[in-house]
Amino acid sequence: MKTEQEYLFEFLLRLGDDQLILGHRLSEWCGHAPILEEDIALANISLDCIGQSSALLKLAAEIEEKGRTEDTLAYFREATQFKNIQLVEQPNGDFAFTIARQFLFDVYVYLLYEKIQHSTHPTLSGIAAKAFKEITYHLRHSKEWMLRLGDGTEESHKRLQNAVDELWTFTDELFAFDEVENALVSAKIIPPLISLQQEWNEMVKKVLAEATIKLFNEQCYKVKGSRKGKHSEHLGHLLAEMQILARSFPTAKW
Amino acid sequence: MNNHKKQYSNDEILQFLTEVYDPEIPVLNIVEMGIVRNVECKENEVRVDITPTYSGCPAMNMIQEEIFLILQKNNIENIKINTIYSPAWTTDWLSEETKKKLQEYGIAPPHQTNSNVTLIIPKNIECPFCQSAKTELRSEFGSTSCKSLYYCRECQQPFEYFKEI
Repeated sequence: MKTEQEYLFEFLLRLGDDQLILGHRLSEWCGHAPILEEDIALANISLDCIGQSSALLKLAAEIEEKGRTEDTLAYFREATQFKNIQLVEQPNGDFAFTIARQFLFDVYVYLLYEKIQHSTHPTLSGIAAKAFKEITYHLRHSKEWMLRLGDGTEESHKRLQNAVDELWTFTDELFAFDEVENALVSAKIIPPLISLQQEWNEMVKKVLAEATIKLFNEQCYKVKGSRKGKHSEHLGHLLAEMQILARSFPTAKW
Repeated sequence: MNNHKKQYSNDEILQFLTEVYDPEIPVLNIVEMGIVRNVECKENEVRVDITPTYSGCPAMNMIQEEIFLILQKNNIENIKINTIYSPAWTTDWLSEETKKKLQEYGIAPPHQTNSNVTLIIPKNIECPFCQSAKTELRSEFGSTSCKSLYYCRECQQPFEYFKEI
């Protein structure tokens, strides 16, 4: 039986790791996006994600009380110790793939943080309220692009359709809540998350329909286990790049 | 400057902090931006509570360093800076006077959010140069987190809008 403190630590890792890994993925676009405005947009969104993850992991470290910091949590854990969903670690692919991944995630965190901002834990509530406003901007951006690409040219439609087909396999585990969330809901630290999947489905499907994108793959195989540390091969490669400086020079200071 | 230690009031500390400007919007200081939330001057310690504008704002580190420098210049040695997240920073904290400064600097000031940022993209953003409302959004993300890019069809100038949040 874990304590409330341990459950909260675990929950914060899940939230923080999602933002950290997606933030790193988006940063890979810097200097490579199809147009300058998008280069700037993706870099800005990446910064928000990394900022949010830094606040969440800092709080996690404080709650854990084992002398770790947001930096040691980010740079000195192995892939199996990361609790992010597999969706966010998937390589960027083409621009349509990045936008589809972002949109599916944005709707998820938009709905999730809208709830968590009412947490009874004051710091968590503050971080979530702030993140929620930033995420609203991210979702506006990814939704606009979904419509533009899906209902755009034959080529952009094809690419977005392929992306959604491929990404749908990662969407079930967004809602893989277990004893961690249940314990926090019971302790009234976070509000119930039970309606989240249905709300997500409605919002996502409405935009997909408007973007003329079909869900051919709704019944496809769904990956699971990320929240327990099971990941695709891509996470290790990402971490190798993200962590190398901190691990090679552990005492380096800017 | 002598080394005489003076006990400052909270208002005096706030006054010192108005000399720290946002590095990305050099016409606004961190007090009128609403970044400084509270100051407390106790016996020999000055505590400054600040809140980030955006979670990932890269200017926050520099702002913290500048706070240290300006207070040290005024012979305050024991300085503690706290980052707080609640209540979340909002552009509604910018006064009319501050918004006017932004406009004169060439940045369209933020609309009121009334504590609600929605999924609807705002229209009728006024061009800060010619005041025309015939403007269009070019990108929701500009040169910094807090700004988006617009274009004025009247005077044909691109300009930045300070996003309401």
